[in-house]
Amino acid sequence: MLKIENLQARIEEKEILRGINLDIKPGEVHAIMGPNGSGKSTLASVLAGREDYEVTGGSVDFLGKDLLELSPEDRAKEGLFLAFQYPVEIPGVSTTNFMKTAFNEKRKYQGLDPLDAAQFLKLMKEKMKLVQIDQALLSRSLNEGFSGGEKKRNEIFQMAMLEPKLAILDETDSGLDIDALRIVANGVNQLRSKDNAFLVVTHYQRLLEYIVPDYVHVLYKGRIVKSGTKELALELEERGYDFIKEEVDQAIA
Amino acid sequence: MPEQQDDILDEITSSEYKYGFVTNIEADEAPKGLSEDTIRFISAKKNEPSWMLEYRLKAFQHWQKMEEPNWANVNYPTINFQDIIYYSAPKQKVAPKSLDEIDPELRNTFEKLGISLNEQKRLTGVAVDAVMDSISVATTFKEELSKVGVIFCSMSEAIQEHPELVKKYLGSVVPATDNYFTALNAAVFSDGSFCYIPKGVRCPMELSTYFRINAKNTGQFERTLIVAEEGSYVSYLEGCTAPMRDENQLHAAVVELIAKEKAEIKYSTVQNWYPGDKEGKGGIYNFVTKRGICTGDHAKISWTQVETGSSVTWKYPSVILKGDYSIGEFYSVAVTNNFQQADTGTKMIHLGKNTRSRIVSKGISAGKSNNSYRGLVNVAKNATNARNFSQCDSLLLGDKCGAHTFPYIEVKNNTAVVEHEATTSKIGEDQIFYCNQRGMDTETAVALIINGFAKEVMNQLPMEFAVEAQKLLAISLEGSVG
Repeated sequence: MLKIENLQARIEEKEILRGINLDIKPGEVHAIMGPNGSGKSTLASVLAGREDYEVTGGSVDFLGKDLLELSPEDRAKEGLFLAFQYPVEIPGVSTTNFMKTAFNEKRKYQGLDPLDAAQFLKLMKEKMKLVQIDQALLSRSLNEGFSGGEKKRNEIFQMAMLEPKLAILDETDSGLDIDALRIVANGVNQLRSKDNAFLVVTHYQRLLEYIVPDYVHVLYKGRIVKSGTKELALELEERGYDFIKEEVDQAIA
Repeated sequence: MPEQQDDILDEITSSEYKYGFVTNIEADEAPKGLSEDTIRFISAKKNEPSWMLEYRLKAFQHWQKMEEPNWANVNYPTINFQDIIYYSAPKQKVAPKSLDEIDPELRNTFEKLGISLNEQKRLTGVAVDAVMDSISVATTFKEELSKVGVIFCSMSEAIQEHPELVKKYLGSVVPATDNYFTALNAAVFSDGSFCYIPKGVRCPMELSTYFRINAKNTGQFERTLIVAEEGSYVSYLEGCTAPMRDENQLHAAVVELIAKEKAEIKYSTVQNWYPGDKEGKGGIYNFVTKRGICTGDHAKISWTQVETGSSVTWKYPSVILKGDYSIGEFYSVAVTNNFQQADTGTKMIHLGKNTRSRIVSKGISAGKSNNSYRGLVNVAKNATNARNFSQCDSLLLGDKCGAHTFPYIEVKNNTAVVEHEATTSKIGEDQIFYCNQRGMDTETAVALIINGFAKEVMNQLPMEFAVEAQKLLAISLEGSVG
C-alpha cells in the first residue's frame, strides 16, 4: 500500500530524513519508535504533505500513485489520514460542521452525492460510540477548550468517520492517561481491517501493548536502523535507545 | 507563504463581482452639478408638495455652510460635488399601475439580481421595494400588507399619500443638520422606503428594499424611514449592488428608525456595492447615517449588517435608548479586500433606566485593505443600571492588511456595567493544513473558518438571506488566502 524508497527531507537547511525505506501492506500495523529528534514526526508530516518540509530525494508510492506529487487534500482524498500530535483549534467551527464538510468533499471526489443532514447524523452517532465521545463535545468549536484526551479521541473519531486506507498516528499516546489510552487504542483496534493499514509513531512501548504492531522500526538520525516484531519494542523498553545508538555509531566508526 | 497558496492566488483572477453589469435603459436625468435649481428640479420631478421643497432647500443652505469631515480612518480622493448627477430615473413607457406593467428591462435587471418582483412567485413571501438609481420601481405585496394596516411603500409615494406621517417623523431622528452628508441627503434624497406598522401589529412578512445603482456619474441618496407603533414588530432587510465602473460613485443614505413602547424593529443590511477593482480603481463610497430611537419603554432595535462591498464604507448604525428597559443591538461583519477601506461601528446612547446594549463586531481584512471598528457606548448621568456588552474581533488574512479598533466609552453614571472584549487573529497555517489533511482544499478551508468566525453575526440575519450572505462572504474573500 505504501512504499517509501530512500526518502530524504529537510527543513530550513537542516537535514532530517536521510534515506527512509519502508514497505507497508494492507492489513498491517507498523510502529515507528526512536529517540527525540530522530525524525519521527517529520516522517509523518512529510507523508501528510506539510509544505514546511522540503523533500530532497527518494520516492513514495501510495496505492500506485506518486504521493509526493499530490497536494495534502488530495492525499487525504486518496485515503491518507494523519492523527495530529497537537490538534489545532478552529473557533466558530463545530466538529460536526467540520466533519460534514470533510466527509462530503471525499464523497464528491469519489463521485458520490453528499449525505444529507439526517444521514450524516446517523453515521456520526454510530462512530461516536467507538471512542465514547458525546454529542455535546461535537457541537462545540473544534478542539476549543478540549482536554488532551478529548482532542486525541476527536482525532480517532474523525478517522472513524473518514475510513482512511492508511492512518498515521503521530504520538497519539502523548499526554494521555491510562483510561484515555485504552479508549483510543480500542477505537483504533476496532477500525483495523485487512484492507487498511496503520503507521503508529510513538515514543513509548506502552501504546503498543494495546495496539499490537506487526512490525516495529527504530528511527535514529533520520534512518530506520533496526526493524523487528513487537518483541523489539519490549527490548527497547528494557534497554532504552542507547544500545541501538551505540550499535549504529560503532558501525559508522 | 507556501507555494501552493501562491498558486491559488495566481490562478484566481478578479473575483467575479457578478452584479457588475449595466442595464440599457433610457434615463431621465438632472443636469450635472448641485445648485438650488437642481433641488427644485428633483422636487418638481417628484411632484412634491411645497413643504417638502422647503425642507430640501433649508437643508441645502445648511450644507453649503458646512465643511466635509475627514476624521475617519479612511483615505479617498476629494469628491467634486459639482461633478455628480443628482437625479437619474429609468424611463418607463407608461407609469405602471400594477407589477405586470413594469418595463421588461427593469424586471429583467432585478431577476438577474435574484430579486423577485413577481407576487405570484411567492417563493419567500418577502415584500420587495425595488429602487433603481433615484426612484422606486416597484413595491410588492402592498395590498396584502395594507389589509393589516401596514404601510410599505416608496418614500416618494409616502410623501404624496401619507404626508402627515412623513412630516411628523422625517428628520426626527437624524436632523438635516446632523452632519455634512445628512445635510446633503436631506437636500437631494432620491427615494427609499417608508414603513409604518400600526399599534400591536406584527408585520406578517419580511419587508425589504433592494437598491440598485445603474446610471453613470450619479450619486445615490436614499432615505428610509420606519415607524413602529406601540407593541408592533417588523423585520426589514436592505440589499444593494452596483455596476462595475472606473469612477467612484457616492452613496450617502439616511435611515431613521422609531420604535415606540414595547415595539421591535429588526433592520438587516447586506451591502454589496461594487468594491472597486483589484487595483482599487472605482467602487462606491458608502457614507451612511443610520440611527434608531427607542422612544418608549421596553422598545428594541437591532441592526445587523454584512458589509462586503463598496470602496470606502463609513457608517455607524446607532440606537438612542430613551425608553426605560429599552434594548439596542448591533451585529456586524465587515469585510475588506484588495484596496477597500472601512470605518464602521455603532453608537449606543443610554438615556433611560435599565437599558441594555449589545455590540458584536467582526472585521475581516484581506489584501491591502484597511478595516476599522469605531464604537461609542455613552451612558448619561441619569441612566441608572445601564448594561453594555461589546465584542470586537478582527481577523487578518495575509500581512498587508490592517485592522483597527477605536472603542469609546463615556460613562456618567456609576451604576453602569460596561464590558468590552477584543481579539485579533490570523488564520493560521496550521488551521489550514488541518483542513487540508481532512480533504478540504484551501479555498474551502478558508470559507469554513471565516464563516465560523462570523457565525454569531450571520445567525442574526433572517433565514431567507443568511445563505446568500454566507456565499457572499466566501466570494468576497476569493483569492485572498495567504
